[in-house]
Amino acid sequence: MFDKQFVLGVLVSNHAGVLSRISGLFSRRNYNIDSLNVGVTENPAFSRMTIIARGDDCVREQIVKQLEKLHDVKKVEILPPDETVLREHLLIKIKVKKQTRSEIVESVNIFRGKVVDFNMDSMTVEITGESAKLDAFIRFASEYGIIEMCRAGALAVNRGVTSLSGDEDRFE
Amino acid sequence: MKISGAQIIIETLIEQGCDTVFGYPGGSVLNIYDELYKKRDRIHHILTAHEQGAAHAADGYARVSGKVGVVIATSGPGATNLVTGIANAYLDSTPMVAITGNVDSTLLGKDSFQEVDTTGITMPITKHNYIVKVVTELADVVREAFMIAKSGRPGPVLIDVPKDVQKQFCEYAPVPVCRPKEQKEPDEKAVREAVKIIEESKQPYIYCGGGVVISGAGREVEQLAERIDAPIGFSMMGLSAVPSENRYNLGMTGMHGRFASIKSNAEADLIIAVGVRFSDRATGNKAKYTQKARVVHIDIDPAEINKNINSCHSINADVKKTLCALLNKLEKQHHPEWMQKVEDMRITETSHFHTDGRLHPKDIVEKVMEYTDGNVVIATDVGQHQMWASQYCRQRKPRRFLTSGGLGTMGFGMGAAIGGCIGAGGVRTVLFTGDGSFGMNLNELATAVSNELPLVVIIFNNGVLGMVRQWQTSFYEKHYSETTLNRKTDFVKIADAFGAKGFRASDINSLDDALKKAFSEKTPTVIDVMIDMNERVLPMIPPGASFDNIIIE
Repeated sequence: MFDKQFVLGVLVSNHAGVLSRISGLFSRRNYNIDSLNVGVTENPAFSRMTIIARGDDCVREQIVKQLEKLHDVKKVEILPPDETVLREHLLIKIKVKKQTRSEIVESVNIFRGKVVDFNMDSMTVEITGESAKLDAFIRFASEYGIIEMCRAGALAVNRGVTSLSGDEDRFE
Repeated sequence: MKISGAQIIIETLIEQGCDTVFGYPGGSVLNIYDELYKKRDRIHHILTAHEQGAAHAADGYARVSGKVGVVIATSGPGATNLVTGIANAYLDSTPMVAITGNVDSTLLGKDSFQEVDTTGITMPITKHNYIVKVVTELADVVREAFMIAKSGRPGPVLIDVPKDVQKQFCEYAPVPVCRPKEQKEPDEKAVREAVKIIEESKQPYIYCGGGVVISGAGREVEQLAERIDAPIGFSMMGLSAVPSENRYNLGMTGMHGRFASIKSNAEADLIIAVGVRFSDRATGNKAKYTQKARVVHIDIDPAEINKNINSCHSINADVKKTLCALLNKLEKQHHPEWMQKVEDMRITETSHFHTDGRLHPKDIVEKVMEYTDGNVVIATDVGQHQMWASQYCRQRKPRRFLTSGGLGTMGFGMGAAIGGCIGAGGVRTVLFTGDGSFGMNLNELATAVSNELPLVVIIFNNGVLGMVRQWQTSFYEKHYSETTLNRKTDFVKIADAFGAKGFRASDINSLDDALKKAFSEKTPTVIDVMIDMNERVLPMIPPGASFDNIIIE
């Protein structure tokens, strides 16, 4: 079986040590993790993680079950690609010269990015999108010279009214 | 009423039904020990020689009694000394609560004296752990810890309490004992499907594990065997679930199992796996394990399903409840041909036993068993003697065979025997150990003597680390690298020095004499039994090989 990438939405208690519990589980059980993103939710008692992991079907099943065993984990779901909005975030600082400045700005617009910092020698660009789009922009930027870059792991939510916590009824 | 954090710990322990704790005092738990002193009429504290011994004792206590074992240790080395014991409990699913002190919360993270990151260290070997930084949370944390330790698949939970939190005061109101969460009921459809698969089988084999002991379902396993006319094999953790006398009981399967048990396991067309996790030591080659047989897997832990062995059908629920549901639906089955085959394998097995006048380990175990009754607690250490004990001990009562299954902890035995003996109300306890394992934690002999426990320690003394040596013999061209002990240790004198009584035996008659004397004592005794260093544990399935590669001689 081939290793496939998949996206996990994980709802966890929001207190100290939870991140190391989750990342520790991945390392001690020999699972591969591509990215992990965590932030507090609308309910401050919970944080939500988006984890991009990799593995065959057995590994995928085990990751979900092992995560579910942790006391701090409230809900784990594999988010199906077709039903999921997935976004990554990129901040990238590019070398600029007088001659290249306008063509870079033009392509930032094509990528629906934003210039967030600017001076004579460099330009910092913010881009949001799926992984492939960010990769494409990074390839483009490397032609001019990347001074530094910073890329956040993916964030993902279900499309439609459904939610990980499953209590969308409370809005009715 | 406002009471201190240390008082809250003791009050909640009492409230949760704990009357015995094991531990070792130190700087960061002085306040807790001060409260223990005041409540010594309510909680009995057993002082061990080393924190590791205390952790194994709490583990043994929990295994025997079914209650949560509690251990207390100080910060730093106290906590790190618990680590092996906690890991051991984690791998064998023992309910345990470990309470450690830590430095004042203002000193945390400053490499203070006797400070370690206890929760960080124990995170991968506990079901859950806590560091309590606010005294108002302490009582609920202790309660929740008990709850987690005994719910679902049991396991250890650690609570780290900085010293200043032990000294702070807050309101406390007792609550009733926390009942573990109701164990999961089996799905009706899944039960029907399992019944169908079982009734289709011509050569079923029941594979019984530690989950059966924990769930108290030994009787149901026996009924299942009767009903479907199928033999029962065991993982080491499951051995005590069914009495040895039961005619369907084939004993242990796996790497060093009994011949008939391994062979039937290999020949079966259906393996009904109950409360087992298919350890690599139990299955051998995983690909070949399911070549002939389908597997129906019953386990309370959903993560065990399809973790090591893919089952054709599984029921994720409490073992006892599932077996009861199955027994409600299963028709009586008859498999005379299969059972005859199994019987023939048993007859073949007896032909493998030596009768050359040497003191064979099997004879030692059987001789010791003659001196014991159904109430005895048996503990083992880890190594060859552990396999011999697992193979030949007469099992009579669930929860009375204590052995380190998952972690394979040499040095487990002394602590476990002490905790087991106390957990069973001070009954006669036998520890089978080796000269290697006993050497690791023999300091706990002091604990057994201080507490006047009726413990008989049987040392299989071959002067070598026998199990490792056996592997060196078979797989490392007899390069006996560091396994020949060649020590001058005199275990009879050791026993004497610790205030116990020591005996030596080198043949069956002197063993009989020693046992007669040892079993007439009410306090700890040690019998140093000399055996041949080239004695091997047989049968053996080489690591990673299939059951067809069984080595008999």
